[in-house]
Amino acid sequence: MLACLTTGVALLPLFYLVVRATEYPAADFLDAVFSARSSRLATTSLALTATVTSLCLVIGVGMAVIVTRTSIPLRRSLAVAAALPLAVPSYVAAFGWQSMNQLVNPGTTFEGFLAATVVITTVTYPYVFLPAAAALMRVGPAQEEAARALGRGPVNTFFTVTVRQAAPAITSGGLLCAIYVIADFGAVSILRLDTFTRAVFTSFSMGFDRLGGIALSSVLLVLTMVVLLVEGRFRRTSTRYAAIGTDGGSSPMRLSMGRWGVPAVVLAWSVVFISLAVPGTALTYWAYRGVSTPGSLAEVAGAFGNSLWVAALGAAATTLLAVPLSLFIARRGSLLARGLERLAYLAHSLPGVVIGLSVVMLGISVVPALYQTTWLLVLAYCTLMLPLALGPAAAAALSAPAELEEAARALGKSSLTAYLRVTLPLMAPGIGSGFLLVMLTVIKELPATLMLRPTGFDTLATRLWTYTGNESLAAAAPFAVLLVLLAAIPAWLMISQMLKEEK
Amino acid sequence: MIRITRSAAAVAAASALVLTACGADEDTSNGNNGNGAEGAEAESLVLYSGRNEELIQPLVDQFEDESGIDVEVRFGDTAELAAQLLEEGEATPADMFLAQDAGALGAVAQEGLFTELDQDLLDRVPELYRDDADAWVGLSGRLRTLIYNTELVDESELPETVEELTGPEFEGRVGIAPTNASFQSFVTALRVAEGEDAAEDWLEQMADNDPQYREKNGPIVSDVIDGALEMGLVNHYYLYAQAEELGMEPAELPAANHLFGDGDVGALMNVAGAGIINADNDAAAELLEYFLSEEGQQYFVDETAEYAMIEGFDAPEGMPALEELDVPDIDLNQLDDLESTIQMITESGMAG
Repeated sequence: MLACLTTGVALLPLFYLVVRATEYPAADFLDAVFSARSSRLATTSLALTATVTSLCLVIGVGMAVIVTRTSIPLRRSLAVAAALPLAVPSYVAAFGWQSMNQLVNPGTTFEGFLAATVVITTVTYPYVFLPAAAALMRVGPAQEEAARALGRGPVNTFFTVTVRQAAPAITSGGLLCAIYVIADFGAVSILRLDTFTRAVFTSFSMGFDRLGGIALSSVLLVLTMVVLLVEGRFRRTSTRYAAIGTDGGSSPMRLSMGRWGVPAVVLAWSVVFISLAVPGTALTYWAYRGVSTPGSLAEVAGAFGNSLWVAALGAAATTLLAVPLSLFIARRGSLLARGLERLAYLAHSLPGVVIGLSVVMLGISVVPALYQTTWLLVLAYCTLMLPLALGPAAAAALSAPAELEEAARALGKSSLTAYLRVTLPLMAPGIGSGFLLVMLTVIKELPATLMLRPTGFDTLATRLWTYTGNESLAAAAPFAVLLVLLAAIPAWLMISQMLKEEK
Repeated sequence: MIRITRSAAAVAAASALVLTACGADEDTSNGNNGNGAEGAEAESLVLYSGRNEELIQPLVDQFEDESGIDVEVRFGDTAELAAQLLEEGEATPADMFLAQDAGALGAVAQEGLFTELDQDLLDRVPELYRDDADAWVGLSGRLRTLIYNTELVDESELPETVEELTGPEFEGRVGIAPTNASFQSFVTALRVAEGEDAAEDWLEQMADNDPQYREKNGPIVSDVIDGALEMGLVNHYYLYAQAEELGMEPAELPAANHLFGDGDVGALMNVAGAGIINADNDAAAELLEYFLSEEGQQYFVDETAEYAMIEGFDAPEGMPALEELDVPDIDLNQLDDLESTIQMITESGMAG
């Protein structure tokens, strides 16, 4: 019940969206959706999604295996560094790669499918890496040892036992990547790749056809459903593995890399290095190339504080909504539970401007007193970010079986106490990393923030938008740097929390 | 848990208090509006601005200092703000909308959100640069030009008309931003001036001539300066903005604005303009008046390198005077049929 309620709150804007979309003349809608252009754009979107997601899976899982299952030198440093590209917004990365290309190959352009694939992959692979690493760490050696004892080789054991147990985490990470690619606008617009999300934006900027834009975004929902179907297929094949307590303190099995050790490590470090160094160098270049400066230190500090504040608020609210839902999903395999989860992912695949507009409708017509206040902005964040909090929380809820809570109740504790003292502590790490992931993403979010912020309220992202909009790249650089640093903190906390768990 | 609920209730109560307090504040300020200029401190207005903060805030600050009126500015992209305004409808908190281009103003005017402007104010601006139905008025003008890299392109190679850009000698050399409002206005102008078929032909031939697409004018200009592009169709003032960022004079850059002559549509003069939403807010009318005052107009000429809309001002530095320009005689009011333009651009394959 509580789960339905919280999901309802988070998805309120989605409801308004549907209402609005139906106002759009059906004939125009069909024309727009079933045109040759639409199918071309949808094909590009799906191709990009498939390519980037596959690459992210390979890089993310590979990296996770290296940092959790080998004994390479500087393993922990690699783990931390590998998580950090998540802090780079895709539009900053795209700008960065273009500036870099300008320095290295002057006179050429860096755009199109390949460029978008590279840029988006470098900032999204941590979506797979983080959950995969966490899951691989948690898979205890007991089953692996059993498999080995039964005569399976180390590699065979790794793929049939270890990876299989980590599969739910890996697929949910892949799902986040895929949905990120579908909804991304920043990178594809800068790199000039025509995807469906660009078409949605174009109908806003060309002809101010907002209803058309909203109607078109329903196609994004369809694309996302395709992705969800694919993911569901994978997930069905994987069973749940609840593991309670420690595995006798023994460390997980480590693979010996042999002669593949050096190339693997070099490859892993170069991915991380490129993902971080290219945008970093470009920002430095901006700062030195131009002469514009931000207004004052107070302006920078204010934007920093505001970013931190809305990100913390957004993350807290989203987490609060996600916890009941995650328990519901983990404990009831019902159709309703799965349906709610799918709905949460759907909202995540919509561009920020579409969610922003639907919150505008909601605010202006239902709660005008809250319109253009932080509260409605936070609601938009909840809608957009729910699956980010949901994924880790649901994974954690799986390892906090209802039987334990029941046992506590049988021993005379009230259900609230049982919940607070048994279930919640078991879920805490998952809830925590969900919180951090939402926080990090809110810091990077721009379109919904721009549309819903209180008038005059500036965050690092909106300042960055202001200055880049006027070609004042040097003034934009400090905001971009601070934004990435601020977003890097949650990323760093997530990975270090994970490393601490490691025995 | 109970404690949490209680504190949540406290927070809710507190925010309700704050909200009522704010609401009360607004009430008094609105009440004071009727009292005329004496109660100036309490006057305020909300401005939605599709123009960049760096470009417009200094002028707003100047206005606030002089009038004592408090202006809250909400910045956004012109198109997104227009969408937001249309969504908000009558309930919008905005008193005034300032937009980058006439198309957005037209879209808002079409929904009847603007009030009729004062005739005296309108008369200061040539009819060419304001709304027929008096819903909005141009504040500053920007000229369409062909920016080119002076090291890569010889002046003699440059075309006299946009028509020439479809020729084989320009294949693969020209940057355009087809999804940008300024390009769309130009295409509409082309339709108005030369007819639908001619416009369609131009778009098709242009699309076949391997143009270099960019998202906005800004990237075209920076690529021309960097030499990644030879030339591109943009608004004149981007060159000035880039020069300022690089800490140089526009003349020192390896790029220059080439003007189409002889009344060619390529040299369309477009405007950034504004309309008033809340007729009851006198402060909004005052701000609009200020934008069209001598001080306001001088600001646009000096700071944003745009053309003044009222007579008696010099052109932005390095640009020919408005009177000397051979701009096409196209009424901006005729530019409101965006839908067909967009369809045309999309069909030509330029918009992806």
